[in-house]
Amino acid sequence: MKTLPSVDVVIVGGGWTGLLMAKELGSRTALSVVVLERGGPRKTEEYGDGMDELDYSVRLRMMQDVSQETVTLRHDTTQQALPLRQHGSFLPGSGVGGAGEHWSAVCPRNLPDCFELFSRSIEKYGANRLPEDHAIQDWGVTYDELEPYYMRAELLMGVSGMAGNIHGKQIEGGNIFEGWRSAEYPTPPTKVPYFSAMFAESTKSLGYHPYPVPAATTSRAYTNPDGVSRAGCTYCGYCETFGCMIGAKSQPTNTLLPVIAKRKNVSIRTGAWVRRVVRDASENRGRARGVTYIDANGQEVFQPAELIFLASWTLNNTRLLLLSGIGEAYDPATGKGTVGRNLTHQVVFSAATAFFEKPLNRFMGSGASGIMLSDLDGDLFDHGKLSFLRGGTLSARSARSLPISECGVVPKSVKATWGSAWKKATLHYYDRTGRIGFSGEHLAYKGNYMDLDPVYKDHFGDPLLRLTLDWRENERKMAEYVIAKAVEIAREMGANEVTGFPGLQSYDATRYQSSHVQGGVIMGSSPDCSVLNPYLQHWHVANLFVLGASSFPQNASANPTPTILALTYRAADAIVKRYLKNPAALA
Amino acid sequence: MRRREFLTLSAASIGGVLVYSLDREVSRLSAQADQSIRVPLRFFSQAEALIVAAAASRIFPSDEAGPGAREAGVAVYIDRQLAGPWGRDRHRYTQEPFEEDAPQEFGYQGKATPRQIYRQGLKDLKGLDRLKTAEQDQKLVQIETTLFFSLLRRNTIEGMFCDPIHGGNIDMVGWQLIGFPGPRMSNYDDVDKHFGEAFRPKAASLRQVTGHKVRPSEDQE
Repeated sequence: MKTLPSVDVVIVGGGWTGLLMAKELGSRTALSVVVLERGGPRKTEEYGDGMDELDYSVRLRMMQDVSQETVTLRHDTTQQALPLRQHGSFLPGSGVGGAGEHWSAVCPRNLPDCFELFSRSIEKYGANRLPEDHAIQDWGVTYDELEPYYMRAELLMGVSGMAGNIHGKQIEGGNIFEGWRSAEYPTPPTKVPYFSAMFAESTKSLGYHPYPVPAATTSRAYTNPDGVSRAGCTYCGYCETFGCMIGAKSQPTNTLLPVIAKRKNVSIRTGAWVRRVVRDASENRGRARGVTYIDANGQEVFQPAELIFLASWTLNNTRLLLLSGIGEAYDPATGKGTVGRNLTHQVVFSAATAFFEKPLNRFMGSGASGIMLSDLDGDLFDHGKLSFLRGGTLSARSARSLPISECGVVPKSVKATWGSAWKKATLHYYDRTGRIGFSGEHLAYKGNYMDLDPVYKDHFGDPLLRLTLDWRENERKMAEYVIAKAVEIAREMGANEVTGFPGLQSYDATRYQSSHVQGGVIMGSSPDCSVLNPYLQHWHVANLFVLGASSFPQNASANPTPTILALTYRAADAIVKRYLKNPAALA
Repeated sequence: MRRREFLTLSAASIGGVLVYSLDREVSRLSAQADQSIRVPLRFFSQAEALIVAAAASRIFPSDEAGPGAREAGVAVYIDRQLAGPWGRDRHRYTQEPFEEDAPQEFGYQGKATPRQIYRQGLKDLKGLDRLKTAEQDQKLVQIETTLFFSLLRRNTIEGMFCDPIHGGNIDMVGWQLIGFPGPRMSNYDDVDKHFGEAFRPKAASLRQVTGHKVRPSEDQE
């Protein structure tokens, strides 16, 4: 093994959080920063050639290569876990920018009470109302503490939207249920396509409070506080699973790389596959020494560093800690150990698929342009007579309307699945189909967790990560409830036929939900039940920080990107202002 | 090395359209002159290609609703996909042990690659291309629930609606059928207009939009 000269900071993973930390430390300090990214380099200029549904949405060219490494899945501890042999319910990215390159850029904040879910729920409903085997926890940080960092994240990306609550003052037309904001969104809402406009009108008439989807796709040309300028969105429709050809969709490559590229103290090494975090020998166990990785030439390298960040895709952070033997692996039988606990996956499905008489022109739009509503989110509606807690948002967006994936989506009245009758229906309905999507909270449970698989290995021979994950009654009941609401909305919109989502059975690894798999390296207020303190610092290894949605104790209904960026900004502030002066525990 | 095989397409059989040959050069065939072109095959034998073309034509037929798999060149598309990395599972996790009978929610767990699934499946359809359409349909109904058929159906849809760089959707016939314009640099002026009425800009392919050749994934390692 080759040992390289020591650096001040090593960051594992070149996605949103890794590159944001590199940008912050690289421009606010003189520290030497090395980012290790196992995928390849990326440039915005490449994305014009990428407007190809087959290669990017079907063959999934931007995703992690699962032939090298995947995860295994079982629904409970009695089952034999099986490897996910192809991508399905979530899509981990690879390469510089990571999943932040191919996201749809839906960018809402979490509801304030998400951060204190345990305390608030107990306070309101009592302990008996929580599901039997729940593992719900408070985050150790409150919305009020995080608000300034949310704002910084939104300014960084130029998020478009319309505020519904500025300093507690409700604003009609915005999301009146959102947590207080210190300022309006950096750019105005994106344009609203036909299907979304119908959704807005119909939900309003049903008494809901629709608002423009907060989108990290700028609605007009925008220059952020770092001086990075990006064009406004042209609604080409190639967002999710694609990189943005003009850089209107905020991505690490077009938002963070331009700043990093000017900093001589920051370097990015691609093709660097980190396998272990190395801890100090016995005398100083509370410190990590560096990381080992296989470089682009296949050589094993040890990179010593003073400060270490794990910022790989959410599940991979957990796997790296388990492979490195840092912290105690969670055991659901005893409840002991913390690494791997609280695995969640945002509850996402097409709640209602609506078939219309009129064409929708749905090739126009962006991954996040559209209308959503929060009336059924969190604890914003009366759960008194309902048999579940929490909820989620409904939305009508123009995402995922490309022909290969959407041709063949026909109403239930069409029985044929091939041949002339089916073809006729397929041609007719392709541009007459709209989906009302649901994004819901996923509570944490004692039995949903991650550990190392005893059978399956990656291409280096390291054990794969094993997910033990299934839905519980709370999610199933929540789904039933919102599906009925979505079907009602679709009918109000004038749909001839509506197909409601069939409901949640056991966790289905083949149906794409979202790439918002979370937990495993969770933050919290005590080392007994979390791996990280509220500054994302390891409770027992002070020079190790773990960034990203792996830190979320449970899954909010909101998409995670603004929250992971806000938490990363907050950690960066604490490091620059306090840790560098006194490298010790921040909490 | 095996003998090079060709799929011969006559202009009359495909309705007189553009055909992409192996080197991505296009020829426009004229039905009036009854021209034909020999497309070199990368994976199928000629006999296999004819069966795939016949089956795809029953899945997505050429009928009064418009052109189908035959005009779109679906068989050529599938041949290239199978010859490329997808056909040999280059990006699938293929470490043992395989649990072939796993529940559906774990996704395909089998050992066979798309190439193997096709090769095996086509044996059961021997002579399909020489049957009458009603008999072809009967044969296909018999295999409707197989993995091979679901793959064939999925690949037929792909070949109908992919960008023409992949060998299917020749002349953008698939896109024109559904009113999809292909990649467009901007819909800024139109996205919030045309409510309730069809807005159908002229279709353009990736190559036309970017102005240069783009290398598709099936041509890569």
